[in-house]
Amino acid sequence: MSASTTDVTASTGSVAAPPSGRAASGRDRRRAAKLDHAPWTPWLFLAPYLILFIAFVILPALLGLWISFHSWDYTLPLKPFVGLDNYASLFQPDSVNYDSFWTSMRATGIFTLFSVPLLLVIPLFVALLMNAKFPGRNFFRAVYFAPYVLGVAVVGVLWRYLLDNNIGLVNYYLGMLGLPSDTAWTTSVPAAWVALIGVTVWWTLGFNAVIYLAALQDIPVELYEAAKMDGATRTQQFWNVTIPGLRPILTFVTLITLIASANMFGQSYLMTQGGPNRQTRTAIYQITETGLRNFQMGDAAAMSYVLTVFLILLSVIVFWLFRERKEKKAKV
Amino acid sequence: MSATAVKTPERRSADKSGSTKRPARTIVRLVVLILLALAFISPLIFMVATSFKTRADATGIPPTWIPNPFTVQAYESILGATGTPVVQWFANSMVAAIANSVLVVITASLAAYPLARMSFKGKNLVFGSIVATLLIPPVILIIPNYLIVGGLNWLNTLVAVIIPTAASAFGVFFMRQFFLSLPIELEEAAVLDGTNRFQIFTKIVLPLAKPAMATLALLAFLTNWNDFLWPVYVLFSPEVQTLPAGLSTLQSANAVRYDLLMAGAVIASVPVLLLFVFLQRFIIEGVSRSGVKG
Repeated sequence: MSASTTDVTASTGSVAAPPSGRAASGRDRRRAAKLDHAPWTPWLFLAPYLILFIAFVILPALLGLWISFHSWDYTLPLKPFVGLDNYASLFQPDSVNYDSFWTSMRATGIFTLFSVPLLLVIPLFVALLMNAKFPGRNFFRAVYFAPYVLGVAVVGVLWRYLLDNNIGLVNYYLGMLGLPSDTAWTTSVPAAWVALIGVTVWWTLGFNAVIYLAALQDIPVELYEAAKMDGATRTQQFWNVTIPGLRPILTFVTLITLIASANMFGQSYLMTQGGPNRQTRTAIYQITETGLRNFQMGDAAAMSYVLTVFLILLSVIVFWLFRERKEKKAKV
Repeated sequence: MSATAVKTPERRSADKSGSTKRPARTIVRLVVLILLALAFISPLIFMVATSFKTRADATGIPPTWIPNPFTVQAYESILGATGTPVVQWFANSMVAAIANSVLVVITASLAAYPLARMSFKGKNLVFGSIVATLLIPPVILIIPNYLIVGGLNWLNTLVAVIIPTAASAFGVFFMRQFFLSLPIELEEAAVLDGTNRFQIFTKIVLPLAKPAMATLALLAFLTNWNDFLWPVYVLFSPEVQTLPAGLSTLQSANAVRYDLLMAGAVIASVPVLLLFVFLQRFIIEGVSRSGVKG
């Protein structure tokens, strides 16, 4: 029973809703004689949430599509229907938005490509370090998690200061170590990428580490003991017990890290202002500036749907990469 | 008895492959963890130190860890500035974060209960839609929500950062998961006494759900307190801004006044750091459970 549940969760990678949902409704049916309710009772419970959900999630998701088919300037009275023009212009190299949009997609791509692997591996290393009994464990866990609690505004403003070209702490200590002490961390590339990615790792490492740690503690000790009995080294234990045990959570962590990285905004807005030359202006940053500063909402809506398609494709790839490989498992 | 018998071979193999019982390994582990902890704490210490420095001291070379002279000048300066009303921002953030988390806990708990405990037509559709939105990137909602909020005349008011973000799919999941873990027998016993479902919910289920509701409230508070992108675009007048949006305003107004910026950052950090210090168990458990759920 529990084996089949984990199986479904692991292979689809999605929330364990289908199996538990089925179990719950089955139970409901059995108990119907006792725990009964009027047909409209569940809807009364659901109403407050559903009103918000429809007004600010379902409706905007559809409205966005509608806007993307119009030349929708917030400041102009007429918003003529233009069909797929807003989308087409994103793929025509001679259009106004082409360069700015794809530069921003490139920025999001660079950031995601480098930050996601680091945010998957480093927190796992930290979680493994913490996955033992030693004095002060909860203290360390809290310290690593603390930056995440602060939010991007504090983190961005703080690191903009620490990374200041002239008077920043980072350049000062690099100089003391005999390294270049005049790196323009926030105004030149690739240094700005190193800064943005490094700060993001500092900021969110604890979040992923805490999730990993909880999953590590769920791996039965017996599995490690059995592996030791078979003479497995620590490395072999890691690859044959730890990693398979983490598989479902790896899918989840990869997915949320990917989505968070692809939605990067605040770090760039506060630390580099998208510069130099808009090279670190991410897709979200470009979309909000186009739609909410220049009020070209039709273009911005089309951009957000293109970005979404990319994100969905990436999610599908993640699910595919982390799918349970049945054949392989059977051999072992 | 049998446990000790089993332990012997385990310990023997542990000697070969290493274990936490080896002191050398524990020391190496602790050294790495302490160095790492310094990398996480020292920027925060420097932020607090700088907020008590003079303007010149804040940009002095070499940077110093102890303010000399120690001064609250930066705080006085930003608290008194009319263009950057930090006290107002603090109050706005408090009101928004509290109102939003109350709304999230109420609507999510109410919605999660029938999804956990009742069978009705359309349940799978409702639950499926909520699941689906977890996979939709929030970016597609920004532009249309700006229009909806504009249509409701909520732009540039605190309502804009309280209500639209209150439909928390995570909250519904979180509470549903918790309700499913409660023994159903208590509710069945109450039904025999003739209690209706809403009374069962408020008198039996909710009191048991207090820890889960507290965790959700805390996570919603933190999320709202730290929210950055949405407030930056929907709150344009300084007097209605929340602290994160305000910090951005403060940064544009005082580009290199790092003493002022760090004072602002400290003010924005203190409430969440206090919550974290006193309630970290709830926060960390809430986050790790959100992962286990997946």
